[in-house]
Amino acid sequence: MAATLNPSDAKVGSQVGRSVPRLEGRDKVTGRAEYTHVMRLPGMVYAKLFRSTVAHGKIKSIDTSAAKKVPGVLHVVTVDDVMKVLKSPYYGPAFHDQPILAHEKVRFVGEPVAAVIATDPHIAEQAVQLITAEYEEMPAVFDEVEALTSDVFVHEQLKPAHTFADLKHLKDAKNTNVALSYNLRRGDFDKAFAAAEHQFEHEFKTQKVLHLSFEPFACICDFKDTHVTFYDSSQGPSFVRTEIARLLGWPENKVRIKVPYLGSGYGSKLYIKLEALALALAMIARKPVKVAHTFEEMFYQITRHPSTFRIKSGVDKNGKIVARKCEVYWNGGAYADIGPRVTQKSGLTAAGPYDIDNVWIDSHALYTNVTPSGALRGFGVPQLVWAYEGHTDMMARALKMDPVEFRRKNLAIEGRAHATGQILQDHPIEKVMDKVLERMEWSKPFDRGGNSHIKRGRGFAIANKAVISPTTSVAIVNVSADGSATLYCGTVDMGQGSDTAMAQMVAEVLNIPTEDVRVTPRDTDVTPYDMGTLGSRSLFHMGHAVRRAAEDARDKLKALAKEVGEPEGSNIPIAELFQKRYGMQAGNVIGSGIYKPDYTSPAPGTGQSPNVTPFWMLAGSGAEVEVDTETGHVKITKLITVVDCGKAINPKSVETQISGAALMHLGFTMFEKMHIDGGQVTNASLADYKIPGFHDLPTKLESLYVEHDQSNGPFGAKGVGEVATFCVGPALANAIDDACGVRIMEMPLNAETVYRALRAKMGKPLEDA
Amino acid sequence: MSNKIDLTLNINGQDHAVSVEPRKTLVDAIREDCALTGTHIGCEHGVCGACTVIVGGEAVRSCLMFAVQAQGKPIRTVEGLASGKTLHPLQRSFMAHHGLQCGFCTPGFLMLAVNTLEKNPAIGDEELLDVLSSNLCRCTGYQNIILAVKAAREDMRTKEEAVAG
Ligand code: FES
Ligand code: FES
Repeated sequence: MAATLNPSDAKVGSQVGRSVPRLEGRDKVTGRAEYTHVMRLPGMVYAKLFRSTVAHGKIKSIDTSAAKKVPGVLHVVTVDDVMKVLKSPYYGPAFHDQPILAHEKVRFVGEPVAAVIATDPHIAEQAVQLITAEYEEMPAVFDEVEALTSDVFVHEQLKPAHTFADLKHLKDAKNTNVALSYNLRRGDFDKAFAAAEHQFEHEFKTQKVLHLSFEPFACICDFKDTHVTFYDSSQGPSFVRTEIARLLGWPENKVRIKVPYLGSGYGSKLYIKLEALALALAMIARKPVKVAHTFEEMFYQITRHPSTFRIKSGVDKNGKIVARKCEVYWNGGAYADIGPRVTQKSGLTAAGPYDIDNVWIDSHALYTNVTPSGALRGFGVPQLVWAYEGHTDMMARALKMDPVEFRRKNLAIEGRAHATGQILQDHPIEKVMDKVLERMEWSKPFDRGGNSHIKRGRGFAIANKAVISPTTSVAIVNVSADGSATLYCGTVDMGQGSDTAMAQMVAEVLNIPTEDVRVTPRDTDVTPYDMGTLGSRSLFHMGHAVRRAAEDARDKLKALAKEVGEPEGSNIPIAELFQKRYGMQAGNVIGSGIYKPDYTSPAPGTGQSPNVTPFWMLAGSGAEVEVDTETGHVKITKLITVVDCGKAINPKSVETQISGAALMHLGFTMFEKMHIDGGQVTNASLADYKIPGFHDLPTKLESLYVEHDQSNGPFGAKGVGEVATFCVGPALANAIDDACGVRIMEMPLNAETVYRALRAKMGKPLEDA
Repeated sequence: MSNKIDLTLNINGQDHAVSVEPRKTLVDAIREDCALTGTHIGCEHGVCGACTVIVGGEAVRSCLMFAVQAQGKPIRTVEGLASGKTLHPLQRSFMAHHGLQCGFCTPGFLMLAVNTLEKNPAIGDEELLDVLSSNLCRCTGYQNIILAVKAAREDMRTKEEAVAG
């Protein structure tokens, strides 16, 4: 079908709203999709890392002599060598605090101390084994609450990146582990809490878990004196380019980041990870260098934030929550990465989707001596919801109120002000909750399992999140002389299906089949700026840019038609239009689009802002469980997750995003945990760190969405990458409590934890292992 | 260390003469020496199944096998599934049912499922799930993978019946 200018059969909504199979699906099922981890360049050499075995210490000496003698080894590199090519070896998105290789000190077990470059990765690995180092060990701090008052300091002084205005005051701060404190004050918490009829206080914790994307981190750097090219498994090529340009003191146009498909990321491959190291090594080797992690090494790269959340609520005699205080401590690990942003951007929603007049939030990002923490599918929100939705159920129970009615009384509905002061719009939280309850058949009698040792229970949770703001996306739509369309956009398709969804938007505007739109692989020499594929921002922000670019192209085609004398409304084939104008198959029409939402910075100290987010993400989950009270084993018989997606651009992709996110968080909730002993991760392998498999699927797993038109969204849509993660944890904990009357305040909810809680409840606690 | 051995790997019906160290795993030999990069490496210790290929009629973890052990046995990888431009029913069905997201686990799942359905075209749902459970996926939540394999099972069965009839 030839693309024409004004097809008479053009139907609105013929491309968006369709479950188009993924455009790159064929490449993926035939083994032809490119991933950085499988790429090789001619002349490429390989680097492997020697890592710290102590959590905190001064480096006394590093002996690389034996490693250097291994045949095939080209260089053994320490930070001293790095500093000969890059004067300041520190990088990071919020703070420039992370050295390319450990500099004078090590700050966590697993921190890279030296690198071996060899002709073969196995040779490099073997040589790494021959490196030794001596450290003067120092006391370390591991716990986020301890880190607040500890006299062990992970960093001698703080080094905020100049890009963030709200971090400026921390420049050169000494004797602190606090990388950022975010505060929100609304009304008068102290007064309202003191006056409240009922007062509640609970403390919840989450453990250290990690992304474990199946394509481990990988980066190839090809450095030339005139320009540098990266092949990079990255969720944010634009940021990588800026940061590499900064390190080199070069203009951005000499730095090129090419990103093939990603074997997923879930937030792990954001900002800057292996790139600075790969750069330094390539400058030293003067050959393309590949740094690719093993699964084990991912445990030393980035994880989710462990957290401690102290939550207090005052409730009046009618069951209305009148005051809430949230103190959240985020365990950021040894380097800030994006932790300060997690602390702030999720911190502002710590009080939940409730209408509360007096709110106090303190959210602290803390340095500790463990693997750094960053973004993981939810930017901190799942940890918050774990606490506030457990708290909500515990209060309802104590007040002898129905958990549905208690929530209904307190829901933040549209038109009311959020704790930040923003008036809620497109926030149909009750719709989401109702759908969960409907699918749970909540109003019907529930079978509790009689008198056997198997106890049945059910629970649910609801949540909201503000999308990170303000961020910018740019897109280009290029119509070639044969009428075919190509989209240039920096959103990285790491499995979420963005290429397909973005192509659907282009196709919708240009009235062509989605399958005919080509999406170029990401390449910063070609694809314009995008802030990053993160925080469920892409479909909304990049979606707007893409739509605008397609509309711009369409308008330019129409202008071209006019220019060549076509009558108004002509349905000339696009190819003919170019023929007429250029006399042959030649030329292009290039449309471009930019999007950045309006935003008002939260006021310092109070966190108040009339416009802190362009859209809200809303989710609810419901769970039914069977608890074996003799073993503590929990069987999940039902897990229902409902999200508001605005408008499903690709319904099947939306459902898969929901089911994938829900099952991932089932893992985080029920069993995943990095065991850390004296700073040492003791289960750093997929064999010892279990993730969900087929047999962990709940008997019934339902992934649903409601479509509440997002009035400012492209085609009414908004992002859904993270939203299904929010409520899984507390829904399960609430269901377990409902089943057997034990409340677990810290993830994971494995059989041992549940059994211990059951025994404690019986007054016969088990001894600590 | 580098006493290399010469061997011939027969992959998807084609012989590849390679010279590898005895310690080289099959997956490395397939990817590096035979330049077939469709087989992925994940955990490298036999847990994830991303590296699954078929050797001598059995689905195996190619990260747990040395290249020398595969000498003389026919090896099948994801690149050999389609015949020309025509995709294997499983490949079609993974696409149609959104049985993949990032796709990193996909070649392994395809080879495991192909081997299973070829050996036992009438395999029951429960047994099928048991076999598939040896591989892991971090993205999809598995439901669409199950859907895709079941649909392919029906598809392959009707084809066989058509051929038989
Ligand atoms: S790479 Fe072979 S099983 Fe994971
Ligand atoms: S699709 Fe990403 S691991 Fe399975």
